[in-house]
Amino acid sequence: MKHLSQEDLVLHYYAEGGAKISEHIGECPECHANFEQLSRSLSAISLPEPPLRGENYGAEVWNGIRPKLAERSTAAWWWMFPRRSVAVAAVALLIVMAFVAGRYSKRPPVNPPREATNKGQLPQKVLVVALGDYLDRSEMLLVEVAHANRPEDLDLNTQRRYAHELVASNRLYRQTAQRVGDVETGALLDQLERVLLQVEHAPQSATAADIQQLREEIDSGALLFKIRVVQVHMKAEAKSGNRAGNVEDPNTLQDQRPIL
Amino acid sequence: MDKMESFDAAAVALVRAGDRDAFRPIVERYSEMLFRLAYRITGNEADAEEIVQETFLRAYRKLDSFDGRSSVSTWLFRIATNCSLDQLNRRKVQPQALAMDPEGDETPPGERVRSEQPNPERLAYNAEMQANIHAALQSLSNVERTAFVLRHVEGCSIEEIAATLRVRSGTARQSLFRAVEKVRKFLAPVMRPAG
Repeated sequence: MKHLSQEDLVLHYYAEGGAKISEHIGECPECHANFEQLSRSLSAISLPEPPLRGENYGAEVWNGIRPKLAERSTAAWWWMFPRRSVAVAAVALLIVMAFVAGRYSKRPPVNPPREATNKGQLPQKVLVVALGDYLDRSEMLLVEVAHANRPEDLDLNTQRRYAHELVASNRLYRQTAQRVGDVETGALLDQLERVLLQVEHAPQSATAADIQQLREEIDSGALLFKIRVVQVHMKAEAKSGNRAGNVEDPNTLQDQRPIL
Repeated sequence: MDKMESFDAAAVALVRAGDRDAFRPIVERYSEMLFRLAYRITGNEADAEEIVQETFLRAYRKLDSFDGRSSVSTWLFRIATNCSLDQLNRRKVQPQALAMDPEGDETPPGERVRSEQPNPERLAYNAEMQANIHAALQSLSNVERTAFVLRHVEGCSIEEIAATLRVRSGTARQSLFRAVEKVRKFLAPVMRPAG
């Protein structure tokens, strides 16, 4: 019988040896004894616990590095959008863009676009760039829910999990919207979060009435429509490299029906 | 993707877009974890603190290369490991001695409680053990020591070690084997027989 090498024994100790090694150790007294000896040596070694850090250690580290963080360029923003999301959203966006183009051809913008050198542009652009993927994912979830007529039309467990993830990110985006003074986007995110929370906490065995309530919540605030309007604006602004700062308040658009 | 990972991904997206302050929650969440890792690899508190800062600075600079296939915490873990290795190479840091349990206790290290009052014989034995362990560590190359810490303490698989150190898995495995062999060789004279 060919005995196991030390390397085999080490792999087995670290649970990476596989079934054959395990079987051999169970059957071969000599290898079993060697393994026991190895185990005694390795299991006896422990590292001392690192010294404890204070409660504010993370904040201290942040204060230490904050001045050293350079400004980041936002020039390559489009690479951040997952290509699949872009492809999936492209068709829907074309429809919405046509719709929005129609709206804007009827009246001039309320305010003239700001100059590209406007100092207020960068922080808003930050939000524009970061929000793209988030709104894409939120839109997909809302579309799934809005299209469900019965509980069996909807994989609620999956949607609840997605909603859970989206809620986690929402707070960060809202904070950024507040920081840059983007009231409209903040309000949209606030409204979106309320719906996402309802989806996240939808009962395990949702009834048709539960699903209907979710749909009504989405419809009543024209949430999908608002998201699409913001997406269109964002992409147009990103393309032109200029955020006009006059994005219409989505709340004023409630006379328009969602595309779906 | 769990809730924390989703939050991290959102923070990363904001930082990439130019909001430096969105990096703060990431720094605050992972500083201690990275400190513990860096301390275990270098055995030096001041170096570990420096490594934590360097890790975040390096992560911030390389944020565009983060592809999201691993979690932010895994990504930072890998950067911190390499920063620790760089620090060891740069300063020739001598790691702090590993602690040895002469009874061969198989309880996970973090759960061990040393409540026994050591008698003189035990103290002498421990001292001898510590000296041998220290010598064993001195004999390890920086890569061997890092591989050993990642596998033995952090519980990383050999594949994860390879990915972290950016070497082939065979190389990571050999580094671990060599480390184990060297440590065992140094400990053999003072290991008490079984039973």
